[in-house]
Amino acid sequence: MATRTEVTERPSQDVRKQEVQRAREPEAVLRPPVDIFEDGDGLTLIADMPGVSRDRLNVRIERDSLVVEGDMQFEVPEQMKALHADIRSTHYERRFVLSKELDADSINATLTDGVLTVRIPTRAELKPRRIEVSV
Amino acid sequence: MIGNIDFEGSLFNEFRRLQDQMDELFGDWAWPADIRALPRGSFPAVNIGASPEKVEVYLFAPGLDPSKLDVSLHQSMLTVAGERKVPAEEKTKYYRQERFSGEFRRSVMLPADVDPDSVDARYRNGILQVSIRRREASRPRQITVQ
Repeated sequence: MATRTEVTERPSQDVRKQEVQRAREPEAVLRPPVDIFEDGDGLTLIADMPGVSRDRLNVRIERDSLVVEGDMQFEVPEQMKALHADIRSTHYERRFVLSKELDADSINATLTDGVLTVRIPTRAELKPRRIEVSV
Repeated sequence: MIGNIDFEGSLFNEFRRLQDQMDELFGDWAWPADIRALPRGSFPAVNIGASPEKVEVYLFAPGLDPSKLDVSLHQSMLTVAGERKVPAEEKTKYYRQERFSGEFRRSVMLPADVDPDSVDARYRNGILQVSIRRREASRPRQITVQ
């Protein structure tokens, strides 16, 4: 897994749900809205990142965090002036601290129409297992 | 408490209170922009740009079926309507549910010289880009002052 010098993080107590605080960055950043849910098999995270194609997407694990990063790209004709802008940045970034119960090495990610779906399975040995009771 | 009521002072406080409420409602519009900061009813987010020849409208609407979108232009008002169904998973525990789900309709006013016969709409990577040519500028008319 690629590593890189990272901005300082403030570690959080509650692992799975909370995001890590990032140090202030000079450029504006969009935090994509996410749905996060889990079932017996693992955690699913879905993020809205319109304008991001596969080659501009960067999903990675940094220590115990999942980092979702991407750059928007769209066609802008020459001599274009902005008349209205709800969105004023083209860079997405958001971080999530992962629970130790998740198997970060088995992470799986897909991107379709600007929707990123990340699936992280629970560690096999920690999956809930039914115990048969013999009479 | 009987005493002087500082009428002007309380008026000022009233304005300040209103300002705080407005800030709370609309958030900080200054940089950095947050895609989540849009008030409910503003999906999808829209950016509009114009060049001398064209107007470009970008709607940030990921996860849609473009064939089910309703895009219409009426007297320089562009309306985009549709629905985004986000399936609620069974037997799962949700930690966050921030993504927009449901029906939406967004209308934006465009410059009056957009040509409704020259509209092109493309959906790519979750952005719906609507390009509209502008009618050629009519010659300026001289207005005589009586």
